Amino acid sequence: MEAIINHKNYRQSLAKFQSLIALFLLCVVISLLSDKFLTATNAWNVMRQISVNICISVGMTLVVLTAGIDLSVGSVLALCGAITAGLLKNGIALPSQNLYIGFTIMGAVLAGLLAGSLLGWFNGWAITRFKVPPFVATLAMLTIARGLTMLWTKGFPITGLNESFAYLGTGWIIGIPLPVWISGFVVFVAVIITNKTRLGRYIYAIGGNENAATLSGINIKKIKVIVYSIAGVLAAVGGILVTSRLDAAQPNAGTGYELDSIAAVVIGGTSLSGGRGTVLGTVLGAIIIGVLNNGLVLLNVSPFWQQVVKGFVILIAVIIDKANSKND
Amino acid sequence: MLVAENITKKFSGVTALDNICMELHAGKVNAIIGENGAGKSTLMKILSGVYSAYDGRIIFKGQPVRFQNTRQAQAAGIAIIHQELNLVPYLSVTENIFLGRELSTAWGILDKKLMRDKTLQLLSKLKLSVDPDTKIATLKVGQQQVVEIAKALLCDAEVIIMDEPTSAISESEVAVLFDIIAQLRSEGKAIVYISHKLDELFTIADRYVVLRDGKTIESGDMKGMTHDSIIQKMVGREIKIARRTNAAAGADAVLSVDNLSLKHAERKNELLLKHISFTLGKGEILGIFGLMGAGRTELFETIFGLHTKRSSGTIQINGKPTDVKCPADAINAGLALVPEDRKKDGLVLGLDVKTNISLTTLQQIQRMGLLDSDKESQLAKKYINSLGIKSSSQQQLAKNLSGGNQQKIVLAKWLATKPAILLLDEPTRGIDIHAKNELYKLILQLAEAGLSIIIASSELPEILALCNRILVITEGNITATFAAADATEDNILKAAIPKTT
Repeated sequence: MEAIINHKNYRQSLAKFQSLIALFLLCVVISLLSDKFLTATNAWNVMRQISVNICISVGMTLVVLTAGIDLSVGSVLALCGAITAGLLKNGIALPSQNLYIGFTIMGAVLAGLLAGSLLGWFNGWAITRFKVPPFVATLAMLTIARGLTMLWTKGFPITGLNESFAYLGTGWIIGIPLPVWISGFVVFVAVIITNKTRLGRYIYAIGGNENAATLSGINIKKIKVIVYSIAGVLAAVGGILVTSRLDAAQPNAGTGYELDSIAAVVIGGTSLSGGRGTVLGTVLGAIIIGVLNNGLVLLNVSPFWQQVVKGFVILIAVIIDKANSKND
Repeated sequence: MLVAENITKKFSGVTALDNICMELHAGKVNAIIGENGAGKSTLMKILSGVYSAYDGRIIFKGQPVRFQNTRQAQAAGIAIIHQELNLVPYLSVTENIFLGRELSTAWGILDKKLMRDKTLQLLSKLKLSVDPDTKIATLKVGQQQVVEIAKALLCDAEVIIMDEPTSAISESEVAVLFDIIAQLRSEGKAIVYISHKLDELFTIADRYVVLRDGKTIESGDMKGMTHDSIIQKMVGREIKIARRTNAAAGADAVLSVDNLSLKHAERKNELLLKHISFTLGKGEILGIFGLMGAGRTELFETIFGLHTKRSSGTIQINGKPTDVKCPADAINAGLALVPEDRKKDGLVLGLDVKTNISLTTLQQIQRMGLLDSDKESQLAKKYINSLGIKSSSQQQLAKNLSGGNQQKIVLAKWLATKPAILLLDEPTRGIDIHAKNELYKLILQLAEAGLSIIIASSELPEILALCNRILVITEGNITATFAAADATEDNILKAAIPKTT
């Protein structure tokens, strides 16, 4: 009997580390094929690139844990980035009232984050108040936010931003890129929330069994609105990082980011039906996607094939995950 | 007709069935008896082709068979009616009955008329008067169960396995079911009947097989067996159903419900609860007996604040009018609800024992906004010990526990809120006799300790054994109130059966 249990534990811990093992193997293979891969420059480059996806995916993880989904993150990212950039560059001018409000970097960033939280709140409100399925509500927001971005930018990139603002996306602190610090902080807070707070516990309970959660006195609507708002804020963080790195707010920024972030969540072992998964798993998923992207570029694989490969990786990850959960 | 020889089945090293031998006779109702975890379900899954990997062999009509899947078993003539319904809610009765066995015309188009006619025949045989075009979702659970039975009858099975067929249907439907079973028996079919309700077995079964811990204990004719002798074989020891002796009569009312009504969710002018009033004394155990659909569950849910928009009436707790708008209000007011369906409403099955227990009381195990895992473990440990929850660890997932232990976890999470009033909805549904008795003891202890309890149940022996006072609810009305001393199975049941007007 004990042997059986040991065997089972061994299997479970193997399952826990298999994404890590997969990542390791991936790194070994790529480094054998390309001598540019295992360099500090490339490593920081990859880290910097995935930090945006990590921010978004952490929010997505929380949403998916409640058995929801947020398709609007890419558009919300674009809109919030554009709002920050626009306010920073032009402020708010109302010539008719003879009014001009300028924005500091801090002010513009906070406005961007606030916009993100409002858009996320709107998602949560539509989902809980009118019982719109999350897929539909956030699909609507995907279009709404993209349209608003186009209106705000008039279809042109907002460029020529403040140099200190560019520091957010390109700067270094103690030898580590600033975006990595920021995404690391986001991950840290999210890990605390999911493991150590009532909010986190309620998120798992709602995703695991909404009926039981309701009967346990949990305010489901409130928690869901909070979760979608967090996802909105984190998309805004991503938007600000992207804008800062490029020194421009592109109206079509973030297109398709929702797919990369869902992929990270899924590869990280979070169940799309909710209630099961971890933030750190998602981080690993985002790193795997990032390394894969980077490796394929370094190996001069055509971008068309890159998409095919990425698709198969997602599929395989989910198949393996299914096989594991059967063994429970 | 069917012989199972030396069936052994292991799940990742754990033996679920150990050398099971069993014979099923044609034209007989064969009862499979055993506690939960005795191996009944596993055995049935092997017979019906769900599991194909096992040791031993099955001989069906003289031929050794080994079904690779349920389709093969069905084609050979073995049908199973599962305890959990397997119907598609948004398809009609006809479409469900013919699902996977659709009839087509010569043109390859679905022959809807023929299927509808056949469905009508089946339904009339089962005395279920619903339109075959009705969507399953709009039927009551009891009616859905009958459709499920009709589905099995359609494929002319020679062996029909019924797993707890009466767990969710009303007494009148049980009578109909027993008629059908008798009819099928006279047609020479072998019925395999699994039920926790021993009384039923004495009514319907001809033969019995007792399983315990995955082994065949004994089989034989039902004739000459008694309630006690069967229970003794199941558990391997004699047990007594606890009986309440001292009555906490005349105590102050902890809960008084006045003029409580509940509207139907869709049909606004139909009342599910009709002007219900009652009181609950401190330390009292009040029984609410009602058949399926009588309004037991709705009453609890309304008191617990789940139907605020559709309900009217007043609730007083300790003499104070209390406005319960949502479950959180109910919990604050000292109410706790152990729901009827623990898997659907009681537990988060994918979370572990500890997390499920602490879910209602996370406020109390926080320190500076963060959850304190030591305090949480202590909380879980306290209830695991005091309720005797058998779990390999606190990190065991709730879904891997037996029904009785799951029910104890639900009880634990509600006791953790230190309630004054405990609402128990079918507290022992689908759990074995041994676990039932443990729960009865717990309930009695809690009442002794001053907790006021309401038990809603459709099991008469349970209500009679535990309660000080019994209310009978029928179609949303309270039709009778009995003191424990005056209550008998007879007069309760009479009050509970709806009067046809």
